[in-house]
Amino acid sequence: MSAPLLRVERLGMHFGGLKAVDDVDLDVPEGEITAVIGPNGAGKSTFFNVVSGFCTPTTGRVALNGVDVTGLAPHRIARLGVARTFQTTKLFPEAEVLDNVIIGRRQHTKSNVLDATLRTKRLRTEAAECRERARQALEFAGVLHLEALPVGSIPQEARKRVAIALALVAEPQLLLLDEPAAGINEEETSGLTALIRKVVQSGIAVCLVEHKMRMVMDLSDRIVVLNQGKKIAEGTPEEIRGDPTVIDAYLGGSSHA
Amino acid sequence: MRLPPARGVALSLLLLTAILFPLLVDNPYLVSVVITAYVTAIAVYGLDVMLGYTGELSLAQGGFFGIGGYSAGILMATYEVSFWIALPAAVVMTAALGYVIGLAALRTRGDYFAIFTLAVGVMIVIIIERWEGVTGGTDGLIGIPPPSSIGPLRFDSLTAQYYLVLFFLVLTIYVVWSLVNSLVGRTFVAVRNSEELARAVGIDAGKTHQLSFVISAALAGLGGALYAVFLGYIGPAMGGVQMTFMMLVYLMIGGVASLAGPLVGTLLVTGLMQFLQAFAEYQMMALGPILVVVIIFFPKGLAGLAKLLPERWRR
Amino acid sequence: MTLFLQQFVNGIALGSVYSLVALGLTLVYGVLKVPNFAHGALYMAGAYVSYVMLTSFGASYIVAMAVSVVVLAVLGGSMEWLVFRRLEGKTPVHSMIAALGLLFFMEGTADVIWGPTFRQVPTPFDGVVTLLGVNITEQRILVIVAAVVTMVGLYLLLKRTLVGMSIEAMAQDREGALLVGIDTRRVALLTFAISGALAAVAGSLIAPLLLVFPNMGELIILKAFVIVILGGMGSVPGAILGGYLLALAETMAGTYVSFAFSELIAFGLLVLVLVIRPTGLFQKGV
Repeated sequence: MSAPLLRVERLGMHFGGLKAVDDVDLDVPEGEITAVIGPNGAGKSTFFNVVSGFCTPTTGRVALNGVDVTGLAPHRIARLGVARTFQTTKLFPEAEVLDNVIIGRRQHTKSNVLDATLRTKRLRTEAAECRERARQALEFAGVLHLEALPVGSIPQEARKRVAIALALVAEPQLLLLDEPAAGINEEETSGLTALIRKVVQSGIAVCLVEHKMRMVMDLSDRIVVLNQGKKIAEGTPEEIRGDPTVIDAYLGGSSHA
Repeated sequence: MRLPPARGVALSLLLLTAILFPLLVDNPYLVSVVITAYVTAIAVYGLDVMLGYTGELSLAQGGFFGIGGYSAGILMATYEVSFWIALPAAVVMTAALGYVIGLAALRTRGDYFAIFTLAVGVMIVIIIERWEGVTGGTDGLIGIPPPSSIGPLRFDSLTAQYYLVLFFLVLTIYVVWSLVNSLVGRTFVAVRNSEELARAVGIDAGKTHQLSFVISAALAGLGGALYAVFLGYIGPAMGGVQMTFMMLVYLMIGGVASLAGPLVGTLLVTGLMQFLQAFAEYQMMALGPILVVVIIFFPKGLAGLAKLLPERWRR
Repeated sequence: MTLFLQQFVNGIALGSVYSLVALGLTLVYGVLKVPNFAHGALYMAGAYVSYVMLTSFGASYIVAMAVSVVVLAVLGGSMEWLVFRRLEGKTPVHSMIAALGLLFFMEGTADVIWGPTFRQVPTPFDGVVTLLGVNITEQRILVIVAAVVTMVGLYLLLKRTLVGMSIEAMAQDREGALLVGIDTRRVALLTFAISGALAAVAGSLIAPLLLVFPNMGELIILKAFVIVILGGMGSVPGAILGGYLLALAETMAGTYVSFAFSELIAFGLLVLVLVIRPTGLFQKGV
């Protein structure tokens, strides 16, 4: 059997004495949605930061398609096909929507200073291609009509869609979504759920961290539950729903996980 | 990426004015003031690449200006190298030094980067002052000859030097313009706006900073080299922190991250300073608060004010 | 041995001044999160105020220093009130550029008033004490003692008074401080005033030992930055320890190696810190 798209083995991330992530195994297979859930402080965001290269793990390894990528810089991991969004929706605040998304395509371009000053054919072709791809990504995310507006002037939900378009324009194999539905209402959330489903149908695997349980149960093929940095359960939404350990972790506090 | 036609016309008119200027103005002093402003502006464009587009305050810009000037000056005055070799050599030397300094300085960002580059700027002056045998110490370096002629083109007249400097200024503006409007420039701005997000979308932030810093240093080197050759002299003060401060004043008044800002700011402030030369001793006392006022109330400088004008005024 | 002891005492005296300057810088950094490039100019202004009090008004040394402290506290406070407060919420680059504007304003003003000439500041403490074969000028003893007294005073202020505790709270967590009801603006103003006062003490103490001139703050501010980066931005003990250590290293290198080398130490340390550990040597990793 070939290696899964993303394989995380015995991952640990310690800050001094605090084990933010402790000995976690996780696989994200191609074409599936895997959710990582857990109470506040369970280590979900740290987990994402390690996978996307923003933190170097203390122990364990991260592999993409069987290739070890542990400790690689974020831009290297991104170029290997891992895109991510951030919990507090991050965009380039001073730029217009389309310009924001264009930059996500930069990793596939080769134009350098010389191309820029001599305005070579390569630069012009690449610039046109980036623009075209960016518009496609915006259309996919349903926000093409906002392309000329400054990011600062569009509503929260649209920003989340733009952030996803920015991640998609690079044509990743794996998309990491850090609380995509934070701060938006019920109706907007279901719109976003549909978008994420569409992303997976287009052949991109998704790994998401989310608090909104209904969305997680709706979307996920598999769910991994973290508590105090440790994996306490894993399974299909049905299995997780009935798992006493999980219920305990969410309701009974975090003293005995 | 193409200019709107109205702006194209305006630009052509500006260029025409610049070309006719020494012919219309029969005042060598005024022409030399404008030449000084042009060469300084070249370095100010460099400062803008780093500060305006990439978002890092480099306080070594005056130092790089000095290195460009001394490199060209030493090559030409001491070793009698032709200007046409000394100039590119000075630019390459400054850029290379910028690269090496960048390796250490760019391990930091923001305030630490500013502090480190300030220290670099101060060290450059100390080295220039101490290395007397080569740099002439505190006395500076005199007897830098004017550029040698190429065929029928001679550069010993003021007017010819004006056109030479104008050529390099236009070249600088063109390079900066094409950079900031390309994918390369977008990458600078992306890193300035959010380094974390830039890295997440696959941009090598370290390399981007390094590139911007080297371009910035190279432009300072070009400006400094032209400055030394035009004046025929260079002293340690030209590489000093005060020089960096002046460049910052020009840039902030003209407007960061705008194409006209560095030139407009430099021309305006240098012109005013010449006009008010009777009050020269109050220069720093006045420019300090002006910079503070600009930062607080007009952080985008004159270029920012121009954008506030109604649309039809701009076209 | 005598030479060593002699240089050791000189190093401690110089270190006292470095520490005082670094302290003001680090306090302001802790609260504002911006390096105050104008801090060296405060030190310069402090020296000039003492100079004027001593020479033009015939004040006693202690009175001159007291006046300098008051004037510089006001000057420091007004920097915050007139400038940095108005840049709240903007990027740090804005504040740094404003600080540079203030630096050149103050240097330019000193240049207009007193000219670029180097000035000698008289001191009543011009006697020499001999101890274990080491000659120490009374002024150096004064520098060392006064610095320690100032540091103890600062420590008590930070640990025992409400104002001081608010400064520390704000340095550690600005938003948290705001939440527990600390008037962050008032604290920022006071921090600047204290930093001005510390610069005045340093400038007044060193003035009789060195010469006073408009750019006298430029080199020491760089050294103070090195100290503060080494000791951790915002750390009070780091600033004190770092000040003494750097001064001792410089004095010893100047004695046993060469003067030129001693001047390079601070810069070399800065490069070293950046290459090894850009966040500062004694700072906890995040």
